[in-house]
Amino acid sequence: MTTLTMAKALNEGMRKAMEDDPKVLVMGEDVGKLGGVFRVTDGLQKDFGEQRVIDTPLAESGIIGTAIGLALRGYRPVCEIQFDGFVFPAADQIITQLAKMPMRSLGKLRLPVVVRIPCGGGIGAVEHHSESPEAYFTHTAGLRVVTCSNPADAYAMIQQAIRCDDPVVFFEPKRRYWDKAEVDTSGSADWLPLDRARVVRSGADATLLAYGPMVKTCLEVAAAAQEDGRSLEVVDLRSLNPLDLPAVVESVRRTGRCVVVHEAPVFSGYGAELAARVTEECFYHLEAPVLRVGGPSTPYPPSRLEDHYLPDLDRVLDAVDRAFAF
Amino acid sequence: MTADASRGAQAPPELVQLLTPEGERVEHPDYAIDLTPEEIRGLYRDLVLVRRIDLEAVALQRQGELGLWASLLGQEAAQIGSGRALTDADMAFPTYREHGVAWCRGVDPVNLLGLFRGVNHGGWDPAEHNFHLYTIVIGSQTLHAVGYAMGMQRDGAVGEDGAASIVYFGDGATSQGDVNEAFIWASVFNAPVVFFCQNNQWAISEPLEKQTRIPLYRRASGFGFPGVRVDGNDVLACLAVTRKALADARSGQGPVLIEAYTYRMGAHTTSDDPTRYRVADELEAWKLKDPIERVKAYLVRNRLADQAFFEGVDAEADALGKDVRRRCLEMPDPGPMEMFEHVYAESHGLVEAERAEFSAYLAGFETEGVEG
Repeated sequence: MTTLTMAKALNEGMRKAMEDDPKVLVMGEDVGKLGGVFRVTDGLQKDFGEQRVIDTPLAESGIIGTAIGLALRGYRPVCEIQFDGFVFPAADQIITQLAKMPMRSLGKLRLPVVVRIPCGGGIGAVEHHSESPEAYFTHTAGLRVVTCSNPADAYAMIQQAIRCDDPVVFFEPKRRYWDKAEVDTSGSADWLPLDRARVVRSGADATLLAYGPMVKTCLEVAAAAQEDGRSLEVVDLRSLNPLDLPAVVESVRRTGRCVVVHEAPVFSGYGAELAARVTEECFYHLEAPVLRVGGPSTPYPPSRLEDHYLPDLDRVLDAVDRAFAF
Repeated sequence: MTADASRGAQAPPELVQLLTPEGERVEHPDYAIDLTPEEIRGLYRDLVLVRRIDLEAVALQRQGELGLWASLLGQEAAQIGSGRALTDADMAFPTYREHGVAWCRGVDPVNLLGLFRGVNHGGWDPAEHNFHLYTIVIGSQTLHAVGYAMGMQRDGAVGEDGAASIVYFGDGATSQGDVNEAFIWASVFNAPVVFFCQNNQWAISEPLEKQTRIPLYRRASGFGFPGVRVDGNDVLACLAVTRKALADARSGQGPVLIEAYTYRMGAHTTSDDPTRYRVADELEAWKLKDPIERVKAYLVRNRLADQAFFEGVDAEADALGKDVRRRCLEMPDPGPMEMFEHVYAESHGLVEAERAEFSAYLAGFETEGVEG
């Protein structure tokens, strides 16, 4: 066991993947000497060289488009998009080409490309640096969309994403980059499959469904609710596409209440899908409607307001109260 | 508002030409080519056969057998000339109009029809032919070609006996961000890639002036690599220019932009009506520059082919057309469950669940049918 921050765990995971497979490349803006703006690729270019850790020109569509070409030649590129709000110039290559080319080829082409995107708010950043665009990508067939919430998962999931023969959009909750935890770097025997959710806290009275940055928040909510005598279960979805629906259904049928929490706007957000699925699958087990906590239908506000925008302990507890009051 | 033309004024464009529209062989100091009569007859045969495939596909669309077709009429020389410059190790990235290049890469013409008939989105194995799938979104494939070329660099496939990638796109595509990003990437990484732009003068209804106010090949200089304009209706010049560009790229000298100056004799696709936006005179002028007639004139004038040869090629073309038609009509529709195939390489819970649900739904009709 080693104590690592999430940023370092991702770094170590990529390092291991590059050691294991010479076809793994890292590419993006400032990923080389600088080690990325969050230092997630720190030291990789020094150790693996400029041919494998590529500082690209400053154009996101170019990053993904050339990564597709490299994958067609047999490489496994890991692309870094510097910030969530900068992914949109690459959206065409991701949605139109990366997601669809394997089916277009009747399975003859495989695109093992990982698109790493630091996501979410809470770091006092300027506009375009705090967004949660996951629903745009979960809506696109052909992509896998995953997000880690802690250093141990970060270390394992980045390696699983790189090994996966499908394109994977990998969201990294940037405000959790510096959270530390014990990480077992000895092997992959205990890893949960990439497409599986994990119950990170067991409970009996309600289920909180969360992913990425909100998992930690929900764990704090569950601890606070315990003091009020409420036993909340927290499920870290980890994989958003595919969704581990059996794990979600098992939990909600047992607890009878479900609150979905994410940073992205509630309207047409990923939580809408969760609410619909849970309602379809758990209708007779539900004591209350599925409630959603997330951002309002506004663009991400100036950072002095982000504490009001982002779901926090009180807002989630408020939703839990409403679920119990129904 | 129109741009002040004088602000873009430079020396008039040069055009590499080795065979005039009248079929006269001319020399160019930078692009010598020495072909045997048999090789030139082979190019003639290619040109005639791909035009015939194209003609048959247009007819199939008109008869409702294809949903759409993008005709290559007029662009045969650009495609055969460049396509025949490729070695097996080179990789080609087409648009949706590169039927002539596909022919050069050994793709069965019937497989080109699949996506236009709606039975698949791409019906050949790109790795088998080193010919990528047709790309419909304009310009996307230029980045794929550059990335592929960067992979060739990393494989040590550049240098002596090296390989290169070539990417096809049109004049309209040069306005796309992706194409400009591809130019930048190719330039700064010195990637072994040839950008082959078929300037057919029209992006559906928009003439070249809507895309550029300098000759397209001159764009390359701003990105830091050579650009050349070739007579796109001259198969010999297209072959010579592409051969040289590929040789330079393969040996590590980096990218080249070729602007093949040609003309889209047909509609953009079978859904288009060019009479709404261009004049007949323009078409008539370009008919005089036909890519096939000039090769025929050259062969006849120099007694390199006799009547029997031309009749033989025509007969072969007719047989090919009939064969393409027959096998197009025989192409089976995919079964409804096939849409769930190949979406992901690895097991995907959602797709598998939906596949099972849809299968059960369809089976319900069968049961009802039996009972009814």
